[in-house]
Amino acid sequence: MMRSAIIIGGGPAGLSAARTLVRAGHDDVLVLERNPEAGGLPRFAAHPGWGMLDFHRLWSGPTYARKLVAAARGAEIRTNTTVTALLPGGGVEVSGPGGMERLWAHTVLLAAGIREMPRGARLLSGTRPWGVLGTGAFQELVYAGGVRPFQQPVILGTELVAFSALLTARHAGIRPVAMLEEAPRITARRPGDWIAHHLLGVPVRTATRLVAIEGGARVEAVRVEQAGRQERIACDGVILSGRFVPEAALVRAGPLQFDAATGGPAIDNHFRCTDPAFFAAGNVLRPVEHSGAAALEGIAAARAMAQALAGTLPAPAQGIPVQAQGGLRYVYPQRLLPGDAPIRLCARASGEKRGRLRVLADGEVVQERRLHALPDRRITLTLPAAVLRGVRSLSVELA
Amino acid sequence: MNADAPAYDMAIIGAGVVGCAIFREFSLAGLRVALVERGADILSGASKANSALLHTGFDAIPGSLEAACMREGHARYQALHQGLGLPLLRTGAIVVAWSPADLAALPGIVARAHDNGVLDVRQISAEDVRTREPHLADDLLGGVLVPGEAVIDAWSAPLAYARQGLAMGGTFLPNTRVTGGSQAEAGWTLQTSQGPLSASVVVNCAGNQGDAVEAIARPSPFEIRPRKGQFVVLDKTAYPLASAIILPVPNERTKGVVICRTAYGNLLVGPTAEEQQDRENATVDQAMLEGLLAQGRRMIPALAAEPVTTTYAGLRPATQFKDYQIEALPQRRWITVGGIRSTGLTGSLGIAAHLHRLYAQHFGPLPTPADPVLTPVPNLTEEHPRPWQRPGRDEIVCHCEMVTRGEIAAALQGPLPAGDLGGLKRRTRCMMGRCQGFYCTWRVMEIAAPHVPGLVTPIQGSSA
Repeated sequence: MMRSAIIIGGGPAGLSAARTLVRAGHDDVLVLERNPEAGGLPRFAAHPGWGMLDFHRLWSGPTYARKLVAAARGAEIRTNTTVTALLPGGGVEVSGPGGMERLWAHTVLLAAGIREMPRGARLLSGTRPWGVLGTGAFQELVYAGGVRPFQQPVILGTELVAFSALLTARHAGIRPVAMLEEAPRITARRPGDWIAHHLLGVPVRTATRLVAIEGGARVEAVRVEQAGRQERIACDGVILSGRFVPEAALVRAGPLQFDAATGGPAIDNHFRCTDPAFFAAGNVLRPVEHSGAAALEGIAAARAMAQALAGTLPAPAQGIPVQAQGGLRYVYPQRLLPGDAPIRLCARASGEKRGRLRVLADGEVVQERRLHALPDRRITLTLPAAVLRGVRSLSVELA
Repeated sequence: MNADAPAYDMAIIGAGVVGCAIFREFSLAGLRVALVERGADILSGASKANSALLHTGFDAIPGSLEAACMREGHARYQALHQGLGLPLLRTGAIVVAWSPADLAALPGIVARAHDNGVLDVRQISAEDVRTREPHLADDLLGGVLVPGEAVIDAWSAPLAYARQGLAMGGTFLPNTRVTGGSQAEAGWTLQTSQGPLSASVVVNCAGNQGDAVEAIARPSPFEIRPRKGQFVVLDKTAYPLASAIILPVPNERTKGVVICRTAYGNLLVGPTAEEQQDRENATVDQAMLEGLLAQGRRMIPALAAEPVTTTYAGLRPATQFKDYQIEALPQRRWITVGGIRSTGLTGSLGIAAHLHRLYAQHFGPLPTPADPVLTPVPNLTEEHPRPWQRPGRDEIVCHCEMVTRGEIAAALQGPLPAGDLGGLKRRTRCMMGRCQGFYCTWRVMEIAAPHVPGLVTPIQGSSA
């Protein structure tokens, strides 16, 4: 059976896309979710902070996840079903309770989300004891399991998710002994550090590098370095946050072009991958946006999919390649198909930098503005359609 | 039975790969054997972290005991692996020459291999190497092909040996640290953290504690000088970048940095070779790991784009001697198996056969063995079907390595259940994939926590 749409991943992006497609009149949308229930990562962050962008409400993560599932009514959500391969032309190979099978659709959306980079991939030094966890694993232990893996961890990283870990720790009666940040200032918007220090009593240490993890069976301490001086901080766990990796293994192993800079599939400005049956949205596109932003992308991608199903989406084409240059880590969409509407680009700086953000079309500056970029903060820019007419290649730089 | 008779015919101190292989050997031969391990599980020391290769012994010192044990171990593993459900990737190896000096050393490598009886080893041209391994850097100058080198699994092999020993009536005693002992006419009474243990013959294969345990019987003739090896495991997408095991031209101290596949579909780069005093902790070090990756990229440039899955380090029980330190002391009713360096995984079944002969020579004939019971271990490789592929499968808990709830539950039960989280990971591969537990830690804990105490504690007032 050839469906209208298969959506890989039942988190904010995937469920929002499903809702959008159902409302557009498609009654054969299938969401594939590998976990026993849909909802995605917000399921395990039981403090408020979800729903603002897409539902205009302030909910806890689990409530938001339930609302997303409820709003996708009309789509079939198949849980406990893992996609094991992408097949050219709109197919997926899945392992489900019924065994292995191949499913096909006119459009397939990748919305597999994101995870944190584990200690091995960070090449962290030291021993390898129990008690070194990503924020996601930590929150699931606390909120789903009702257990705590440690009492006095250090938290590595200071972006938004690290503060979410701090709130989770407070909920579980865990007292983090420090938050560590290599950069000279915290990544999350102020006053995160003030909140951490004054409301939660956790010292935030910037310009501090984790040198090594110590301990036998369990974490016993971390060694840190600040201004050339090393120090041992006793602790019984380490929460790793702040370095995210799109869950794009299917793309790296599959028929779609992969962008090493974003860590996700390369898309055009219609969220379309290099195989035009595949689309991608949400945090699988790049590290990391809040779930509300991922949900909005899911909606936008679903609209493009609906257009593709109706035959009204511009035909796939090579398009104008977009490149990130000096000072920028990545930019996407990676290919632009100009039409009548303005096109939005998203980028991220390599680190904190004050400079000028420039868009160059075939080497000519077509847009420029002053920018104070912070690491892990999204940079967006909108290009009027006229700017792209007749252009062969585009680059964006922060210089 | 005489009340003073020892409880066991043989006590083996140390449940590394060598201890497990010896346990299997003598249990099959009809002895009452105890495998005594200070850790909570088998493979708590040196054997848990190595390169998982089955060597031919082509580069061993000709005439050495190590060479003989490797040759016999290599042959016995090939004969045994199917019955025990153990993987064998017949990848072969290529020693690659990257410099004129390397190239000049190749004929000597071939000659030594032939001295060691590995007769299919031959030098091949740079062109031939490139055809076989198109991802290697262009500036290679030639190579030596070693068809018999293979990739196996360092964890399931000893597990299968230990389980077969148990099935034949052997006893595994985890969490049992040997602290001393006294010899009487009938044998030994060992002092352990779990009380006294009597055995007619004691086998010391205590790995990195080998010299300390040897001191129970005599002043140790060897000194353990731990040698650390660090490794980087690359993502499964890197697997196609090398088909054979890529070896450098070795120097006196080490075989150098190897690139090879793993039985689970990853690509491995390592090891380093670092002397250290500490016998317990094998730490990884960022600068060394970056050095390994740089060396890997030097050999296979495409590795630069591959993500790291994880890193690890192992301690190899080297001594001041190059060869294994294996000796039977009939008067002391003691057998020493020391200094089994990085070749222990390959050599273990050969060492066990060697001990069998030593025992028969010095301690009298062995009883008539019963028919061997085969105890295949669950398949963890993609070579053969796994539970996640079968209709009616239960929930996949670990999404990276595709481990089902049933596989995890099974590893916590049965004749040799996982003794700690490391043991569970080694038996199932849960939490060992690219996310390293980001997605599955709670679900694994949910199943494992009742069996493996001390990992998590309930939050007071929590309903869950």
